[in-house]
Amino acid sequence: MRRYLIVGSGVAGVSAAQTLRRLDPAGEVTMVSYDPFGYYSRPGLAYYLTNEIGEKQLFPFQEKDWQALKIRRLRAWVSRLHPAEHRLELSDGASLVYDRLLLATGSQALPLGIPGADLEGVVKLDDLADARRILNLCKRARRAIVIGGAITALELVEGLRACRLQVTYLLRGSRYWSGVLDETEARLVERRLAEEGVHILPHTELAAFQGQRGRLTGAVTTTGQHIPCDLAAAAIGIAPRKELAAAAGLRTERGILVNDYLETSAPDIYAAGDVAQIVDPLTGEAALDTLWGPARRSGAAAAQNMAGEAARYLKQVPFNVTRLAGLPVTIIGRVGQGADQDVAGIVRGDSETWRQLPNAIIVEQSYEVNRLRLLVGERALVGAVVMGDQTLSRPIYELVRGGVDLSSCREALFSSPRPAEVIGEFWRSWRAQSET
Amino acid sequence: MKITHLWHAERKRREARAAGYVVPEPARCVQCGICSFYCPIEIDVRRHAWEGIPVHESYCLTCGECVARCPRGALSLERTSLYQREG
Ligand SMILES: Cc1cc2nc3c(=O)[nH]c(=O)nc-3n(C[C@H](O)[C@H](O)[C@H](O)COP(=O)(O)OP(=O)(O)OC[C@H]3O[C@@H](n4cnc5c(N)ncnc54)[C@H](O)[C@@H]3O)c2cc1C
Repeated sequence: MRRYLIVGSGVAGVSAAQTLRRLDPAGEVTMVSYDPFGYYSRPGLAYYLTNEIGEKQLFPFQEKDWQALKIRRLRAWVSRLHPAEHRLELSDGASLVYDRLLLATGSQALPLGIPGADLEGVVKLDDLADARRILNLCKRARRAIVIGGAITALELVEGLRACRLQVTYLLRGSRYWSGVLDETEARLVERRLAEEGVHILPHTELAAFQGQRGRLTGAVTTTGQHIPCDLAAAAIGIAPRKELAAAAGLRTERGILVNDYLETSAPDIYAAGDVAQIVDPLTGEAALDTLWGPARRSGAAAAQNMAGEAARYLKQVPFNVTRLAGLPVTIIGRVGQGADQDVAGIVRGDSETWRQLPNAIIVEQSYEVNRLRLLVGERALVGAVVMGDQTLSRPIYELVRGGVDLSSCREALFSSPRPAEVIGEFWRSWRAQSET
Repeated sequence: MKITHLWHAERKRREARAAGYVVPEPARCVQCGICSFYCPIEIDVRRHAWEGIPVHESYCLTCGECVARCPRGALSLERTSLYQREG
């Protein structure tokens, strides 16, 4: 009987556990995680903050689902890994041995490296414990500031607004999420935030937090401006939790390096999800994704390999649907705008691929709240940002993923005042053709 | 809720009533649970989305609440075969 060990109870770990159970019904599967809440929807934390759902709804699995899965679940902190002995050490000194090990340790928020960041009232949003802390602080807080970029910072802004706090959103650069959104898209989001009463301060960088008796009372900017606040939320980027692997001598870079079978450099050890930095055999590049979908898929693929079924994990065109200031937004493939001063490295719900500058021409169409930006490469679509109406997001995803030759509609795309209709029409005829 | 959201929800509901069933697109789903929470008869729509199985339960009201509420556009209504020729 094979002993499988999974570190992490996030979506990568859970999807691995399900796959292992299916492929090896007799295998012994143990999942270790220090998170007291186990498995829940991390993206759902945003809707918990806005009070669209209660805490109970964050948990996709009920007790009966765990029983059906027949795995052992342990709550413990894994402190060391001994690859040669096929053994893990827990913080209480106990040991766990394995035949196959999956590291699905996820990622965590980068700390704000400024004085006062340890004051009560300075928060981040990594897990359910953080969300609870924020909601608790909101009961007596009145003025909040938010620092950072991308999706999580905006989720914090909206969550704090929903708690009726006065919110000031500080941007280091001139606009929101400049690494991915273009100027028009960013302004659209900013305008909607302003309508919701959020005060945006561009070109503002924090130097320090100030407090009294251990509690946050304000912040000071690099230009000496004082901003009073009793809550400060930061989302400046994240780092994969690779320490366990690195300390054990496994090859790591920004994450744990794995090949397309999700194998690390050590025998019988695999990595999946946010922590895995997967080498693309086509380009030789190793990129990070911090997305729910790829975490689930890579967890399942790692489990297939652990159970002895050789399964290559092919990265798909990254794709994320999210809500920015109430607008549904889908980001597909490469849409890069270059550098973003509000985030360091990679952020939540992100893919490094998005920021790679495509060698493409941009076709865009915007309405009052709907906007479509297509990035047209030499031959095919390489990326898109779909804001507002989502009708076209799936067709466009299919065209980007399939690298479909656009030659026949290229001219029309550039000359038409309505590229959305051109691409929609093209997709319909392409699909009709591929169905026959 | 903003007026545009209300309008959107109402439109989706009307579309739903035009008969059909709820089909999830698992790649868009992040298991947030909003769909299951708002289902008036407590169908676990989220589980369907995890497993990629359409909501075929005969007691589904096709009220469209889950489709309208999903913040990720992961749910849609597909017409049943009876209506297919019209589409
Ligand atoms: C607020 C928020 C919003 C998000 N929004 C989106 C979104 O819109 N779209 C999207 O696609 N993705 C989004 N994400 C990202 C998505 O949730 C992650 O990509 C996904 O959860 C990664 O899953 P994982 O299993 O790799 O890691 P995680 O879910 O982070 O799980 C890691 C697990 O490892 C455990 N662990 C780590 N180290 C140890 C140790 N030493 N000992 C024991 N246990 C350990 C942790 O307790 C945890 O259980 C969001 C994330 C957050 C936090």
